[in-house]
Order: sequence, then structure tokens, then C-alpha cells
Amino acid sequence: MKNSILYISIIFFSFAISAKQIVLGPSDNSQEEIQEALIDLEPGDVLTLKAGEYFFEDGLSLDVNDVIFEGSGIDDTILNFENQMSGAQGLLITSDGVTIRDFAVIDAKGDAIKVIGADGIDMIRLRTEWTGGPKETNGAYGFYPVESKDVLIDGCVAIGASDAGIYVGQSQNIIVKNSVAQYNVAGIEIENSYYADVFDNLASHNTGGILVFDLPDLPQQGGHHVRVFRNKAINNDTDNFAPEGNIVGEVPRGTGIIIQANSDVEVFDNDLYGNGTVNLSIVTYGYETEDENYNPHPKSIQIHGNRFGDGGFDPDVGTGELAAILFELSGGDMPDIFWDGILPMNQMLFGQPADEKLVIKNNGDATFLTLNPIKYMLPFFDPVERDISEYDGEINPLPAVVLN
Amino acid sequence: MKKAFLLTLSLALSNAYAVEKNLILEEKFPKKLSDFSFFIDDKAQVPSQGVVPYELISSLFSDYSYKQRWVYIPEGKSATFRKDKVFDFPTGSALIKTFYYPIDERDLTLGKKLMETRLLLKKADGWQAVSYAWNETQDEAFIKKAGKTILNEWIDFEGEVRSVRYRVPNKNQCKECHAYNDEIMPIGPKARNLNKIFNYSDESINQLTKWMKLELINPVVVELNTPVDWEEASHGLDERVRSYLDINCGHCHSSTGGANSTGLYLNLTEVRPTHLGINKKPVATGRGSGGFKYSIAPGNSDESILLHRMISTDPGVMMPESGRSLTHHEAIGMIKDWVDQM
Repeated sequence: MKNSILYISIIFFSFAISAKQIVLGPSDNSQEEIQEALIDLEPGDVLTLKAGEYFFEDGLSLDVNDVIFEGSGIDDTILNFENQMSGAQGLLITSDGVTIRDFAVIDAKGDAIKVIGADGIDMIRLRTEWTGGPKETNGAYGFYPVESKDVLIDGCVAIGASDAGIYVGQSQNIIVKNSVAQYNVAGIEIENSYYADVFDNLASHNTGGILVFDLPDLPQQGGHHVRVFRNKAINNDTDNFAPEGNIVGEVPRGTGIIIQANSDVEVFDNDLYGNGTVNLSIVTYGYETEDENYNPHPKSIQIHGNRFGDGGFDPDVGTGELAAILFELSGGDMPDIFWDGILPMNQMLFGQPADEKLVIKNNGDATFLTLNPIKYMLPFFDPVERDISEYDGEINPLPAVVLN
Repeated sequence: MKKAFLLTLSLALSNAYAVEKNLILEEKFPKKLSDFSFFIDDKAQVPSQGVVPYELISSLFSDYSYKQRWVYIPEGKSATFRKDKVFDFPTGSALIKTFYYPIDERDLTLGKKLMETRLLLKKADGWQAVSYAWNETQDEAFIKKAGKTILNEWIDFEGEVRSVRYRVPNKNQCKECHAYNDEIMPIGPKARNLNKIFNYSDESINQLTKWMKLELINPVVVELNTPVDWEEASHGLDERVRSYLDINCGHCHSSTGGANSTGLYLNLTEVRPTHLGINKKPVATGRGSGGFKYSIAPGNSDESILLHRMISTDPGVMMPESGRSLTHHEAIGMIKDWVDQM
């Protein structure tokens, strides 16, 4: 007991002498002042930017562990990159245990905030925005943690990204909550990631609201264990403005939630309405790949207790293939929930293991459409199936994500 | 007698101009480059005793700047060969690289403008990177942790005045390229990149042989995957392009580099077509894709993302992300041919 008190007091003491707070305000030399301060920080330190607008010609970067970089409010401390001449993102973070909070990054030439390989990153009450509205020339991502662990995005706002407002890629242990994503191509996207909780967010006026994707030929793939709950994926009505070639360029305007090629995804207690193409779809990765380790099919997907409103009233048949195929299959009577029905060949012939089957339960009067691929390949059969009760089954809740 | 005097003098000189080897190991960097005594004459870039010049077979494009490189290894120590990796340098080693522009590329005797000298210093706990920017009077270089922008002009081979917004990288940007499994690591001095003749003041000889003679490295007999000088048209196009991509992109675009999350690997030893970019779809490229579907579309350089990003000077599009503000037209022409002939 005595020992532990001594131990605590030593820690306390060492923090007291080393940790410091640096406070900076706007100046003509913000680039150098802030970058130098970010380089000179030591673990435990806090760099605080006063309210005001700060202009940069080059990107900023942070590579010191266990520091806080903060502003004085999401609308009060503005990091403005409209004059950026070099650097591929607004703010780049490559260290562990960093907290950033209470500022905005606007008009970055590339991604707004990118975090690579962090073991612990907290992004709290931040805004990333391209202020000219949805444009193909906007940067790709607002919030872009990749290859990171223990990622928290809380109370953030992402506007105008030409790919995804909030994008978590090839990471694990992730919480995205209380955040707003608007006027992006994809609002929130979880890609090639393990253990993510996405909840209490608003994704509206994007092309697509919330995407859970897995792609081939990458160091981390086989995305699994993603919970999407208590979100509003509503009124996603912005035309797709992603540059062609990107996977999100295929997303039709008016999609609420899309799950592609992940396993163990639980979607519950969400509101989905106002999505003109389809409120919720579950699809296979549709391109050829030579990656033998990649599974293009979604499996173990559970959809329950969601509230569906109007959807499918304005299908965007001109973007990608999803809307056009669905429009043709449904004869214009678009469902709330769509599954493309594509399975690995052996499962098409001999059936799916019980624990990999799609479960859809308690979604009010949501309508459903899937495709029977065997019938699809044969003449004279109608491949379309709409009986949602076939998918009623037991829900096996996924565990909550706990950040370390 | 005269001889003996000369000998004494040169000994005295070499002692006076010995590298401050303890400074290399210290945690804090000195404010001035001259404190290290890497050079007898800083302005003329005349190296001190034990500071050995070297060249790479192909080197990274840095906005048409010229580079001079030196290696320093503490006396009595030597570096160890590692296949396809940089030598394992002993603690206390330094790699020194000065970036400059000639006043006039047509006549190098007209002098040069020094931009910066970058150092990689092998400290007890690993490599550290730092850059010193040269002052206007060109007699001292000062540490620039946060980087620096230098506007410069020079006259090119055609007699045209060229201008550049040259960026001295900040400390973090050094690491963007020099990250190897998240540790800072040199890029150039791999045995395979040094395997060429160099004109030393006393002899012209293969650099690896020289390094062995000077005992900078332990003697080794090895098979090397030697790249070629991409500018030397007598080599095969494929070899030239792969050598160029290796030294310009492969340090980041490899499974151990900063861009490993992209799955695009351009290092010399990569052989899988998809990972080399052939018919590879972009992942998190955003507007970097330029509306094109593949990193390399065989036979169609105009629709290959790789070239689009190498040509662009828009910071949100261009590759590499740092260290370039101009387009490397000569290399672009070669890589276009390579893609179009696929």
C-alpha cells in the first residue's frame, strides 16, 4: 500500500515538472510557429490554439506520442488551407496516444485530417469542411484514420468530402459516435476494419449515408464485427461527385446504408428514410480480383429493429450498377432492403451455413427484395424474391467495442 | 625536411578538420551545420578527413536540384551488408546530402546556389533526420525543424530561366519518406545502388570496392539486383523504369513503407502485377485518381493514375506527396512509353 502511494506520487511529480501547455494565436507566421510547436512537443504536453483563423501554405504534421492538440471551439479555431501549396493533407498524425479536439480544418487540398498507424487516437469536436459545397475538386476524406488501433471519433462534423466524410480504413477497435456527416459522397465509411461501433450519428444529404466495405489486394482485409446502431441515415440526396475510379463513385445518390463484403455486421435501431434509391443494401464486391485471400461476399449480417420510412422514390440509375439493376428487377417497386443474393458457388448449390445467413427481424413494415441467382441463370423463372419472413431468425448480438 | 614539414602540416590540418563525432550522438541538434565539421570548407563543400563522397546509380527526383552525398563512419567501425536493404551502419555514422542548383546548367563553372544539407545521424537508439538550410551569403546553414520555402531560379540546359518553390522538409516530412516499419531509415545506400564506378580524387573505382578498401564496409561477395541508371538509354526500358520507380517511390510504396496501406508496391523486388499497379483499382485515392480506373492501364498511359499523379503539381493529387513542386518531364516520357508498350 505504501509502495503504491509512493509510485503514484512519483508519476504525479514527473508529470508536474515535464508537462507543459503552449498557447498560440493567429499570426502571419502560423505555418512555422505551429509546425515548430508540434515538432517540439513532448509527451504529456498540450498545444492550444486560441480562437481565430490560421492560414497555411503547407500541411501540418504531428509525430509526438501522448500529446493534446486543441483549439478553442469547432467554429472558433479555424485551420484554413485554401492557400495550400504543398503537403498532401491538412493535418497528418503519425504518433500514438494523441488527442485532437475543438478546431476545424477547412479547404485542405487533399485529405483534411489523416492519421497513419496510430495506437490510440481521439478526435473530439472537430470539423472538416470544404466550404465551396460538394465538388469533385474537394479533398477525398475529412477524417481519415488508417492502419490504426483504438480510434475514437466523437462529436465531429464532416462536410463536403469527395470520397468519405469520416473514413476509417484498415484499422481495429473503433468508435464513431455523436457525429454529423453531410454533403459528402459517403457520409461515414468503415473499410477493411475489425471491431467498429458506429452509433448516434447523423448521415444526411450525402450520396450514401453509411458504408461498411471490404476491398481486395490490401494488407488488412476481411472486415468484420461492425455494429451500426441508433444512427439517422436520412435524406441522402446529393449527386455522386466522386472522381471516377474510386469505389464510392459507384454509389448511387440516395442510399442509406450499404454493406459490402464484410462479415458479422449488426445494423439495429437506426432511422432510414428519404433515401431515393434504397434505404439499405447488402451486396457482393462486384469486380474481378486475383486475390485468393479475399472473400467478396457479405456474411453473418443481422438487420433488426430499424425504422424505415420512404425510400426508392428517385432511383439514381445513372450512377454505378446498383440502382439500375434494382430498378429493373423490382419493376420500379423499389424495396427498403436489398440483398443481391450472390453466394459462393458451393453455397448456392448446397446452402449456406446457418451462422452465416442473413437475418432480418423487427423492421416494421420494411419491404425487401433479393435475387435467386440460380433462377436468375435459368430462363422462364422470375429470380426476384420479396418474402422478408424467410429471413426472420434469432439475433446474436455482437459485443460492444471497448477502447483501450 | 620539406617533406616532413608537409606531413606535419597535413596531419595538423586533418586533426583541425576532424568531424565532431560526439555531436553526432547527442540528443539535441546544433543550430549550425558547421558545428559538425563535416567540411573543411563549408561554402565549397570540401569534406573533412573521413567524409567520403558517393553517388547512387539512380536518384530521387527533387525538383531538378543537384545532390552531393557523403558518408562518415567513425574510425575503426564499419557497416554490414544486408541484401536489398541499406547497409547496417554503426552508431555514430552520418549520411550527408547537399541539395543545390547550378547557376547555369550549361556551364557548371559559373557556380552553384546551395539550398540545404540534410543529415541522417545514427544515434544510440537509431537514425534521426534533420535539415540545415543555407543562408543567403552561402557561408552557413541553419537548422530548420519546421522546414523552409526557398524561391530559386536557375538557367537550364536549353538556356531557359527556370524557377522553383523549393521546400526544405520539416522533421516529420523527413520521416514520411524515411519510414521503414515506422523507424527512420536511410534509403539510398543499399549495396545495389552503389555498385558503380566513382571518380575519387585519387582513383576511379567501383564504390563498393573503395568502401571495402577504406574499411567502411566489411568485405562481401554477393549477387546484387543492381538497378540501372534510368537516364542511360542503352539499358532496357523495363529496367530503367523499375530502377526509377524503386528510388523515387519504392521507399514508401512497399510493404514496409509509409504507403503500405495502398497495396501499391513499386520497390525493385516486387513482382506481383496487381501490386505493381497493373489493372489495380485505386483504394483511398480520392481526386488523385483523376477519373481513371487503374494505377496502370496497360497500353494506355493517358488513363493511368500513376502517370496522372506523377505529372500533377496539385498538392492534393501529386506523387510523391513531399519534395516535389515541378514535373519530371524526362522521366514521365520514359514511363509513358513503358505503359504504352505493355
